[in-house]
Amino acid sequence: MTEPYVRQFEAVGGNGAGDGPSWLPRVRRAAMDRFATVGFPSSRDEEWRFTPVSPIAQTDFRPAAPAALTRSALQPFLFGHPEWPQLVFVNGKFAQDLSVLPSLPPGVRLGNLATALAGDTGLLERHLTRHAAPETTPFAALNTAFIRDGALVYVPVDTALDRPVHLLFVTSPDAGGTVAHPRNLIIVERGAKASVVESYVSLAGGATYFTNAVTEVVSGENAWTEHTRIQRESERAYHVGLTHVDQARGSHYRSFTLAMGGAIARHNLHVRLNAPGIETLMYGLYLTHGDQLVDNHTAIYHDHPECNSWEVYKGVLDDRSRAVFNGKVFVKPEAQKTDAKQTNRNLLLSSGAKVNTKPQLEIFADDVKCTHGATVGFLDPAALFYLRSRGLPPAVARKVLTYAFAGEVVNEVALEPVRRELDRLVLARLGYPA
Amino acid sequence: MLEIKDLRASAGDKEILQGISLTIGKGEVHALMGPNGSGKSTLAQVLAGHPAYEVTGGQVRFEGQDLLDLQPEERAQAGLFLAFQYPVEIPGVTNAYFLRAAYNELRKARGLEEVDPMDFLDVLEEKLKTVEWGPDIMSRAVNAGFSGGEKKRNEILQLAVIEPKLAILDETDSGLDIDALRIVAAGVNRLRSAERSFLVVTHYQRLLNYIVPDVVHVLVNGRIAKSGGKELALELEARGYDWVDEAAGVA
Repeated sequence: MTEPYVRQFEAVGGNGAGDGPSWLPRVRRAAMDRFATVGFPSSRDEEWRFTPVSPIAQTDFRPAAPAALTRSALQPFLFGHPEWPQLVFVNGKFAQDLSVLPSLPPGVRLGNLATALAGDTGLLERHLTRHAAPETTPFAALNTAFIRDGALVYVPVDTALDRPVHLLFVTSPDAGGTVAHPRNLIIVERGAKASVVESYVSLAGGATYFTNAVTEVVSGENAWTEHTRIQRESERAYHVGLTHVDQARGSHYRSFTLAMGGAIARHNLHVRLNAPGIETLMYGLYLTHGDQLVDNHTAIYHDHPECNSWEVYKGVLDDRSRAVFNGKVFVKPEAQKTDAKQTNRNLLLSSGAKVNTKPQLEIFADDVKCTHGATVGFLDPAALFYLRSRGLPPAVARKVLTYAFAGEVVNEVALEPVRRELDRLVLARLGYPA
Repeated sequence: MLEIKDLRASAGDKEILQGISLTIGKGEVHALMGPNGSGKSTLAQVLAGHPAYEVTGGQVRFEGQDLLDLQPEERAQAGLFLAFQYPVEIPGVTNAYFLRAAYNELRKARGLEEVDPMDFLDVLEEKLKTVEWGPDIMSRAVNAGFSGGEKKRNEILQLAVIEPKLAILDETDSGLDIDALRIVAAGVNRLRSAERSFLVVTHYQRLLNYIVPDVVHVLVNGRIAKSGGKELALELEARGYDWVDEAAGVA
């Protein structure tokens, strides 16, 4: 049901009237045409086989409107030091009054995309939509058609951001029935260092709304980037996200994605290794219950030799919830000495929960080390008995083991305050007192 | 302390314990010996409440309570401890967290306040000496990647922290080299007291050179075939188990 979106697009003059640089309307228009042509994916599409998006396609979402929130309303979502940089977006629109923009090293740009587009000197034209191609998924095309606002993080050459940057996307209490298309661009230049946390949260309680986000990450030569994505939307919301990462020679990119919200939540993480000597770490954790469906699709493109990628996604599923994991590893013929390891482990807390996991390795080089493994299982009865024999009641023993299972990936987050916040979220979800 | 009367237990269709009777008094150390498959470990697991076994007959009283009525954690809270033959690896849970959780659950069950991580460190410092260990072991995940000897030492460390009334050691000596055996046995001996009883399950007499029992029982085919003093262990070492079997058969 692409028509409502086409109507919305045309209603704002091709979505290009009066804002943004001259090159953008063409990009938006092409993306809109693309989306109108391909439409929403169906379950016949291999990439969406286990994730029916018809509830999203069949709902006539209105464009999200700005809303005023108080800083105290954001309290549950904040962490770390109050002076740390923070960009807050309400219903996809930048909220300057809620944001924290401390003084930063020279050349660092931290702000919103709408403002940056209005005064672009070429940086955005070089990067925006050049990494996450609209063709990647129909949702990426839709997001591109509606590019308006989102976060811009730019860290210049040889500059280190020692504090994590928090990009906080909040849905306001009255935003039921709306759709937002946040678009983010993170550029960490040669020799620079940054840690960015991207959070999707909700004050809309049990409301149904739709977040369709795209984030582009550019990691320069020898850059160090830590990217943490926290998805805790309303459990009746729909969330679709694409993160595309382009890495240059010698760079280190590490991602952690926590998915615990949404009725249907899908995240694609695509990482392209554009030179030799790159290191990529991809960690993920999904915690689902009720009737939630959480889908993680990852793809890593080993296009050059001597790159290492290490991927561990873990899931904890309760009730009747479902999870999908698809991990693609592409190794080109010239990508010799590739070392790629992928693991997906799932813990079922209920016999009604279900996982579809699929590693997908396409390796065309012969001198490589590529491994993958996927497991789905229940808590180990031997371990449960061991803990009970030491006096722990079964409910406590189950929690300890579940937390241990999840904690193994959380521990891989490099920045301590970020790790602590993730730990807190996981503990709270597992029912530990704060 | 512990009174077992005609205990019968099965795993699946197979009856493994075929009527065991055994009484352990306060402060006593009993050794339970017997050939492979005689049911030694099954008895240890049944007493701890392992769900894989079904008790089909008999009674067990522990400190005046009906032990078989209790859940595994309630048995632990009542003061029963099993040192596992095969301690379970628990990746992602540190030894420090595990020990404190156990310590606090037992305190809670006794109506005592829980101790915080800092105070628990003080408790631990003393206990680590029991098994001649430094604090490094506390930050490692429970038994994960531990050698056989380390796992058994970790069981004795737990025993030291938990301070049970009755400790059952299930083949704690298996897989230990002589140094590890000495450390483990010395740890156990430090924990012996007039208030604490032990049931030492072992296949070999070797361990009993270090942990000297008051009473030795021989288990054959799920029944106690013979009981005696510590010299019985030496006799078993010299003559093997067959003669007990035959003697029991005649009786």
